Amino acid sequence: MSNSKWIYIGGFAVIAIMCLAALAYGATQGAEFGGADDGAEGVVEDVDPGYEPWWSGIFGDYELPGETESLLFALQAAIGAIIIGYFIGRTVKRA
Amino acid sequence: MHIMEGFLDPIWCAVWFVLAIPFVILGAKKIIDLMRNHPEHKMTIALAGAFIFLLSSLKIPSVTGSSSHPTGTGFSVVMYGICATSFLATIVLIFQAILLAHGGLTTLGANIFSMGIAGPACGLLFWILLKKATGNVPLSMFFAALFADLFTYVVTAFQMTLNHGQSVEAFVDFMTNYAVTQIPLAIIEGILFFMFATYLIRNKPELLDITVDSFKPKKEVSA
Repeated sequence: MSNSKWIYIGGFAVIAIMCLAALAYGATQGAEFGGADDGAEGVVEDVDPGYEPWWSGIFGDYELPGETESLLFALQAAIGAIIIGYFIGRTVKRA
Repeated sequence: MHIMEGFLDPIWCAVWFVLAIPFVILGAKKIIDLMRNHPEHKMTIALAGAFIFLLSSLKIPSVTGSSSHPTGTGFSVVMYGICATSFLATIVLIFQAILLAHGGLTTLGANIFSMGIAGPACGLLFWILLKKATGNVPLSMFFAALFADLFTYVVTAFQMTLNHGQSVEAFVDFMTNYAVTQIPLAIIEGILFFMFATYLIRNKPELLDITVDSFKPKKEVSA
């Protein structure tokens, strides 16, 4: 176990450091970390001025409250994580 | 890579739908067939979908000062190929388009094409080349996941450029918004799948015998 244990610990450590470094660097630049998907709206305004979205979806202009949206994102992550956890629990070989 | 509702002209919505639908139908057939005739694959298919579910819900900050999310399609494409991946990605994208107003129903075809087909195809290419060249599974998985993620966003930038601006400058702008932000995230996704491949080698190596490039008859994998 020792060899792969260090790969897992090292991997998660590198990921955590990369996220923290991105946040720290962004903070010095005054970035707000908005979604890149929404950022595309700004790019469209630049390269295709006057473009109006022609449909705003089945819910129209209704926007989910931020709290509810984060609930649904958490739910989506939980569904994924529980299946991965189940797989790892079922397949792990005990020494 | 979610192109928002209404941001593609109807003609482009139609084009991407036409290109994406055959893959999704073939993928659905393949997965239904596997579920019926090879029930030992059920758990691995669920696992492949679970990675897409989990990773595409995580919004991670990037050095460009905006946030984006990985795609999680690397494992799926390596195990079951491009068509099956496009079907799994479709499920996630519909979930997000309807419940989260993230992406959209009119742009669904374009989003399936980038996240479910073009990105995974690029990842699969790197998996096959690297595995043949080095034989190192975690390393091949790292680059398969990395490029499946990154190329998805390159394709999104291309799709937006075709519709808006149609110039090199516009493409550079969209690439900056989508793909440059994605570079650190793609590396993070690569590291995650590197770790998972390491786990598989130690605990369930027989799964790695049924990857799409092994060209062997599907073995019995008890899950």
